[in-house]
Amino acid sequence: MSDRVSVAKTYKLYIGGAFPRSESGRSYPVTDSKGGFLANAAQGSRKDARDAVSAARKAFPGWSGATAYNRGQVLYRVAEVLEGRREQFITEVAASEGVPLKKAQSLVDSAIDRWVWYAGWTDKIAAVLGSSNPVAGPYFSFSTPEPTGVVAVLAPQQSSLLGLVSVIAPVIASGNTCVVITSQERPLPAITLSEVLATSDVPGGVVNIITGRTAEIAPWLASHGDVNALDLTGAPESLRADLERSAAGTVKRVLRNKTGEDFTVTPDLSRIRAYLETKTVWHPMGV
Amino acid sequence: MWEYAPAPESRDIANLKPNYRMFVDGKFVEGTGEPLKTINPATEEVLAEVSTASASDVDNAVKAARRAYDRVWSKMPGSERAKYIYRIARQIQERARELAVLESLDNGKPIKESRDVDVPTAAAHFFYHAGWADKLSYAGYGPDPKPLGVAGQVIPWNFPLLMAAWKIAPALACGNTVVLKPAETTPLTALVLADIIQQCDLPPGVVNIIPGAGDVGAALVEHGDVNKVAFTGSTEVGKIIQRQLAGSSKKLTLELGGKAANIVFDDAPLDQAVEGIVNGIFFNQGHVCCAGSRLLVQESVADELLEKLHVRVSTLRVGDPLDKNTDVGAINSREQLTKIKELTESGEAEGAQRWTSSCPLPDKGFFFAPTVFSNVSQAMRIAREEIFGPVLSVLTFRTPDEAVAKANNTPYGLSAGVWTEKGSRILWMAQRMRAGVVWSNTFNRFDPAAPFGGYQESGFGREGGRTGLEAYLDV
Repeated sequence: MSDRVSVAKTYKLYIGGAFPRSESGRSYPVTDSKGGFLANAAQGSRKDARDAVSAARKAFPGWSGATAYNRGQVLYRVAEVLEGRREQFITEVAASEGVPLKKAQSLVDSAIDRWVWYAGWTDKIAAVLGSSNPVAGPYFSFSTPEPTGVVAVLAPQQSSLLGLVSVIAPVIASGNTCVVITSQERPLPAITLSEVLATSDVPGGVVNIITGRTAEIAPWLASHGDVNALDLTGAPESLRADLERSAAGTVKRVLRNKTGEDFTVTPDLSRIRAYLETKTVWHPMGV
Repeated sequence: MWEYAPAPESRDIANLKPNYRMFVDGKFVEGTGEPLKTINPATEEVLAEVSTASASDVDNAVKAARRAYDRVWSKMPGSERAKYIYRIARQIQERARELAVLESLDNGKPIKESRDVDVPTAAAHFFYHAGWADKLSYAGYGPDPKPLGVAGQVIPWNFPLLMAAWKIAPALACGNTVVLKPAETTPLTALVLADIIQQCDLPPGVVNIIPGAGDVGAALVEHGDVNKVAFTGSTEVGKIIQRQLAGSSKKLTLELGGKAANIVFDDAPLDQAVEGIVNGIFFNQGHVCCAGSRLLVQESVADELLEKLHVRVSTLRVGDPLDKNTDVGAINSREQLTKIKELTESGEAEGAQRWTSSCPLPDKGFFFAPTVFSNVSQAMRIAREEIFGPVLSVLTFRTPDEAVAKANNTPYGLSAGVWTEKGSRILWMAQRMRAGVVWSNTFNRFDPAAPFGGYQESGFGREGGRTGLEAYLDV
């Protein structure tokens, strides 16, 4: 048998459920931890970011309006499909992060389990974070958590898959949609993850993934009028304050968590809470 | 229309003093800022001179709050903190009449509102939050949620005492200490609250109250030893504060402006809706961030509703805030009156149809007759900008989808109202309103047990309820 030449994968962006190249036509080489060439990734632009925000906004009514049970099943489906491609992710994470296969295996397993964890939360959030309010008067008053809208996520720079999943899942579990800028140097697992999302019944536009230079694209998302919240986790240190200042222009909710967060431990609810609004509804009681 | 004999509440009840001083480290002290004169907006007479904080006073107040936090308040068991907060609630109830009259004098709001809404709700906020102080482990933020430290709080002039209560009560219950800046034009009831706090024997420095203008607020929120900033006020200033705090580790919550839609469907009980519309926009002279300032009426009942509305609004009595029959009091300041006039003029210039109540207005003071604009389109300034006065803009719609689209067509998102007899429609509408509070077949209801706060540019964070505790906990 002769050695077969493998089919190399083209890594593109993931916007509105499709896999376009960057409209800018740019790409950049991605290397492994030792500097060996892995692939060219699309170098996303300001225009790509804006297209992604439009796609996320368009997807918001459907996704936020879906039943929590439905969202739970979709997130669980992501875990299922991810499990089926476990070996591929172990290879990619090992190459991207320069960790031994055994470590990569544990990171991928945790990423799969993280989807299962958040899948189980979708239909419990309202019960745990909502309330019936015992107001002093003849009114029924109740409060429910609701998704805040479109979230711009600057994914962790180090943890290419587990970190990425840990910042995306809490955003979409409650019904938000998002635009994610991946780890700049380790973007490949993110693009492979978008293939998982595309085949897991996650509606197009709910998660949009852009590879490229975080510092170049993030300011456009931070100042974008149709973005409701900003996750600074993977923001370059030198840019964090500037991004927050831009976010103030439309009173965005800003999550200031820094890279360095330990994604291997089971999270708490803080990332879910960060992208929720509380809506209080009053109605009189009487005959 | 009925004639009413004057029924004024006595201003002596306010125990008005010629001078008020700021409250720092448990003592009333002279501020080193330029003193301000606070006036009665209903007569333009000076009520009292109030000392204000300089930058060094702000620093001293924050230091006092830090000492109190480190040495006393953060170490005190929640059950003991609770009893101090309960004491404050009780004293507010005991001095309710004094506070109500003083509030109406300083702010211009009708005595029936300060007496029946502001003061009792302020007491309720302390009473409610007192109970949380030793039950925080049940609040859903983990087994032992910690306070943040020193809270810097800046509040507006529309509900001076009530906003102080909304800010101070949860902060103390969660174990924080406080430096609060009341609004420049309405500092008096906050300083009587300071007197109450002193009488309640709160440890010195746990609550500090420093009057002054915007520069004092800016110095406070920027202070390096403040851990938490809470602001209620305009969206414009909220954005400035969010920018100021960029890159810091201070936790921020903002309660900002609004342009609420009050939506009336054709099956709504119209007389009841009219009462709700009136309450929604003329309560507190319309100086309410969640005021129902955009009335959306289903086209088929628009004419009928508008006619009923004109008749009802004509009966509103505008005048002396201390008169128990007064429905609409004084506009809080000349500056605000100018802003209201400017925006209403823009409404006329842009082609909306103006109707203004022919009620008599007092000769002195800042007053504005209740005004209703019809034929308003969404692009007009009176449909987009917060007027913060007794001015209602009326728009129409045909279908529920159109009502939703128009209601949500604003960068704000604080509140909304829905009037219909159909229960399923109420819930359908409530789900689609991008607003933090939805009142259905009612309007402007507030309770410490019910979370309050906005979507989008109306701010973030909630006040009240279990949810409101998050703003003052390190979670």
